[in-house]
Amino acid sequence: MYVLIAGGGKAGANVMRTLLRNGHEATIIEQDRDRYERLESEFEHQAMNGDATELFVLEKAGIKRPPDLVLALTGDDEDNLVISQLAKEKYGVPKVIARVNDPRNQPHFDLLGISPTVCATSSILGLVEHEVPEHELIHLLELRKENLEIVEVQIDKASPSAGKTVEKLSLPEGSRLISVMRDGKAEIAVGSTELKPGDQVLAILQPGKEDELRQVLLKK
Amino acid sequence: MTASYAEHVKLIVIGCGRVGSTIAKRFAAEGWDVTAVDEKESALNRLGEDWTGGFVVGHGMDTGVLRLAGIEDADAVVVSTDGDNTNLVIGQVAQKRFGIECTVVRILDPARAEFYSSRGLRTVCPTSTAIDALDEAVRTCVIPQQQREEAKV
Repeated sequence: MYVLIAGGGKAGANVMRTLLRNGHEATIIEQDRDRYERLESEFEHQAMNGDATELFVLEKAGIKRPPDLVLALTGDDEDNLVISQLAKEKYGVPKVIARVNDPRNQPHFDLLGISPTVCATSSILGLVEHEVPEHELIHLLELRKENLEIVEVQIDKASPSAGKTVEKLSLPEGSRLISVMRDGKAEIAVGSTELKPGDQVLAILQPGKEDELRQVLLKK
Repeated sequence: MTASYAEHVKLIVIGCGRVGSTIAKRFAAEGWDVTAVDEKESALNRLGEDWTGGFVVGHGMDTGVLRLAGIEDADAVVVSTDGDNTNLVIGQVAQKRFGIECTVVRILDPARAEFYSSRGLRTVCPTSTAIDALDEAVRTCVIPQQQREEAKV
């Protein structure tokens, strides 16, 4: 596999190292001269100095082949967006992964069809929520393309859903229960599944339905 | 006169440097409803003491800032910050998210300007304009025959 990496910070350099170790071919582009020199001493001719949003720099790095994968990992979201767009739409790169530095820019990536994206801040926030569930509704997975998300809910004694079967719950439109985990065993949730205190329930829903779902299952 | 028409036309200028501030002042003078956006509050100085249009401090990639500037009912947007990629993103957000057809974006790099222009973004490239102007200026110079002969030797 040939991979082109834009941005030679910690993320870029480490991904580069791993790709090479796994026998892939890769080029890393870094704009900052000092940083480039450090990369060059390790990766030699596989490191390039330049602005990866410049077409001639990308072309010198072999984007016309095109690479199997382009990673836009610079510290600037606007640069990552433009690199991703150029790679996909101008050079026909089949797969692009972009880093989102500021989660507030995520909608821009979605708007311009750049997917998948990776955002460290969002991942950390997700973990924080998982460790310290503030709303008893934990986001496990976001299926951005499908506009769906999977959440986990813990049923307790006071929950209005405890003791009810799934078919008796008036779940909000655009949501479904997937499974119920009880005593370490998971079962697919069907209409006759009864919810009990202590159950961990997985649900799939459209973003924005969280509050309604929480009302039905937890009512806090 | 177009004054009554102009009064209802709302223009947002994102990036209030030399170019942005001049555009903002020019259209405001014609009666357009103009709001300028810049990261730095000091950019307001460029608009002059008698500036009566809007001014919002903030980054143009922040949709909250764009909304505050009134992008939802804007008729035209000029994007002229000092970063090409920033302009490309803001321009596409204005065009695609907020549906502003008249979105004009300044891009210094001719290669990027050409690519995004081919994808339907209205780009203006001062570098290309300068190249054309310089080219034209050189070609219209009258170089005396003798000098040309000397140059060949």
